[in-house]
Amino acid sequence: MTLDLIAFIILALVAVLSALGMLLSKNAVYSALFLILNLVTLALFYLLLGAPFLAMIQVTVYAGAIMVLFLFVIMLLGVEKLQEDRALKWQQPVAILLGAVLFLETVYIFFVSSEQSKKIITEFRTLLASAGDPESAGLMLFNQYLLPFEVTSVLLLVAMIGAIVLTKKEKA
Amino acid sequence: MVPVSYYVALATILFTIGAVGVLVRRNAIVIFMSIELMLNAANLAFVAFAQAYGAMNGQIFVFFVITVAAAEVAVGLALIVAIFRTRRSINVDEMHELKG
Repeated sequence: MTLDLIAFIILALVAVLSALGMLLSKNAVYSALFLILNLVTLALFYLLLGAPFLAMIQVTVYAGAIMVLFLFVIMLLGVEKLQEDRALKWQQPVAILLGAVLFLETVYIFFVSSEQSKKIITEFRTLLASAGDPESAGLMLFNQYLLPFEVTSVLLLVAMIGAIVLTKKEKA
Repeated sequence: MVPVSYYVALATILFTIGAVGVLVRRNAIVIFMSIELMLNAANLAFVAFAQAYGAMNGQIFVFFVITVAAAEVAVGLALIVAIFRTRRSINVDEMHELKG
């Protein structure tokens, strides 16, 4: 049992349990906190997978900005203890059943079916020595992926304008 | 070295939990958080394959997914706040009329 595998198993357990906690908790603030734990666990996975730049981006942007925004809105609206009665009584069991079917389908596709998909998944080359650091990310972002990079700046501007317009109080 | 299939299996489990969360929960914000969980499961698969094939492209794609998720969360939460202002509730079962 290498150290890699032990770390993977512990982190995977924490990730799955915090995802389940987010799903099952009645209080929305607890769900947000469980999701923050899940995101930090995923950042640790990125570190294990040789992507330190992404790990820092994940903690800073996802767990640090997006989830804080979620918590602001939850507390602003005061909706943490929402009474969740449903309009369609049969929906919950059917949803759980369909989720199980989705899981079995993906397991089948990835682990049971054709030889070609097995080959794609199990062959790999050795990790490049310099991959994953900000320098190599920057080299790719500003050379091959320059157009998507500039387009995301426009996207963020549009999102900012959209958020302001949507929450502006109408002057009656 | 942990095989890629382990990471793919974990990403599948997280994605399924997120999908069931979108279907089962009634609070609009928790539904939104389940969508974020699904995006993160896909990100994990991207980074795992980026390591397996020794290419940085997967990681750059995750960078863009995180950016788009941030923009989507900003607009989505603004929508939820706007809906709450008129209907005083974010239970999605009560949002069955376009009018209002």
